[in-house]
Amino acid sequence: MTVVPNTLKGFGVTLKQVFKKPITQQYPEYKRPVYPRFRGRHRLHRFENGLEKCVGCSLCAAACPADCIRVVPAENTPDNRVSAGERYARIYEINMSRCIFCGYCELACPFDAITLGNDFEISEYNREDLIYTKDMLLAPPAKRVPVADPDLYDTPIPYYKDHA
Amino acid sequence: MHEPWWITIPKAFLVINVVMVFFALTTWLERKLLGRMQNRYGPNRAGPKGLLVPIADLLKLIRKEAFAPSAAKQPLYILAPVVSMFTALAAFSVIPWGAGWTVGGYYVAGSVVNVPISLILIFALGSIGIYGFIVGGWASESKYSLLGSMRTCAQLVSYEVSLALAVLGVVMMGQSLSLQDIVDKQQATMWFFIPQAVGLVVFMLGGIAETSRPPFDLPEADTELVAGYHTEYSGMRWGLFQAAEYINMLTLSGLCVTLFFDGYHFPWVHSLDKFGPVWFVLKLFTLVSLFIWLRASQPRLRYDQLMRFGWKVLLPAATVNALVTAALVVAVH
Repeated sequence: MTVVPNTLKGFGVTLKQVFKKPITQQYPEYKRPVYPRFRGRHRLHRFENGLEKCVGCSLCAAACPADCIRVVPAENTPDNRVSAGERYARIYEINMSRCIFCGYCELACPFDAITLGNDFEISEYNREDLIYTKDMLLAPPAKRVPVADPDLYDTPIPYYKDHA
Repeated sequence: MHEPWWITIPKAFLVINVVMVFFALTTWLERKLLGRMQNRYGPNRAGPKGLLVPIADLLKLIRKEAFAPSAAKQPLYILAPVVSMFTALAAFSVIPWGAGWTVGGYYVAGSVVNVPISLILIFALGSIGIYGFIVGGWASESKYSLLGSMRTCAQLVSYEVSLALAVLGVVMMGQSLSLQDIVDKQQATMWFFIPQAVGLVVFMLGGIAETSRPPFDLPEADTELVAGYHTEYSGMRWGLFQAAEYINMLTLSGLCVTLFFDGYHFPWVHSLDKFGPVWFVLKLFTLVSLFIWLRASQPRLRYDQLMRFGWKVLLPAATVNALVTAALVVAVH
């Protein structure tokens, strides 16, 4: 007759939890820092002299499995110099409602012009608002998410596993 | 001491509303306790400590479309949850909340009605309530519902036998079927959970099965049947079934408090007896918390285990308990 003591043991297990602090993180108030290599909202980058890194080669659009990037290139002229290369992206749009955040665009880019940032709070009320234009991607994101300390989180055994 | 008949009406109104509030509180308590037992917070957004969650539930259920399958047998389909809810609420009318008070020259008894066969009345109402579950499943013309109501039928009928036999010991010791008399008898002798410990265990286990609470929640085992007999119900009709189930749990806890834990009396200190409802509610919610604790701790039984446990463990235990009690009661007199 081990049924009865084993059943009572089950009660003990649940009762013990009542006196512990819940492990739930209260999301909107507390945002857990994301990993440094977390793939979130895209960003386009400039050189320090202000010229855009993107040369409008469309390799990111070719690599995109969700087909959500649209690039229309144009030639740089001496009086309208936008990028460092021969051409620049006249239109650069990412449809964030289709993007799957795989990061292939980042890998495909020969000039590190596009990277995936850490921001994930990018919901909108309209689908139209989810089509990000070049201006939006070049500007710093409106909502920022805290980034974890790489020394604590970007390790084989992340910080949260032994500090539960 | 006799109370005028019309006092029953405001008393019934009060008790129904108090029971409905307790039902809402029980759903909140269940979520909160389950949450804490699973290392979660439970509801904590709507209102202080999430206390407005039951109100939000009510608003959601009332505003939801009352969908009905086109093949459903119409009058029965709508009547089934009503019957369940009615019997659940009506059963609470005979449970005494206090010793009785004199208000403005009128005597007010502790229960809505004090009938001499109140215990039989509760069991009879419970049996009628089962019809709500069975007819609800059958009238919705769905295989899942029908399977669910067949399970409900088998389970409730099996465990009702043990439940009634478990109470028999208390009835013999109390020498009455009136809950008021049983409470008075306990006050005169001792709380019946000491001599009727076996009866209490059988009553609690049978009661959990009667109210289809986990681990005996086979009638609506979500992982096996879609939702049992109320698969085809939505909106407030589903809400009525759910309310009936929770109120049945409250009734059962109230009955358990009355039969085994001296109802509304405070132990030893008799001067505190005028606060009867407070002690009654405290004891009631202690038992309800026990039910919730059980739900968090134990896995659901398999169907054959359920039947074996009901017929081969609980029923013999209840029968032997009743026989031994009868022999002892005769021997003492």
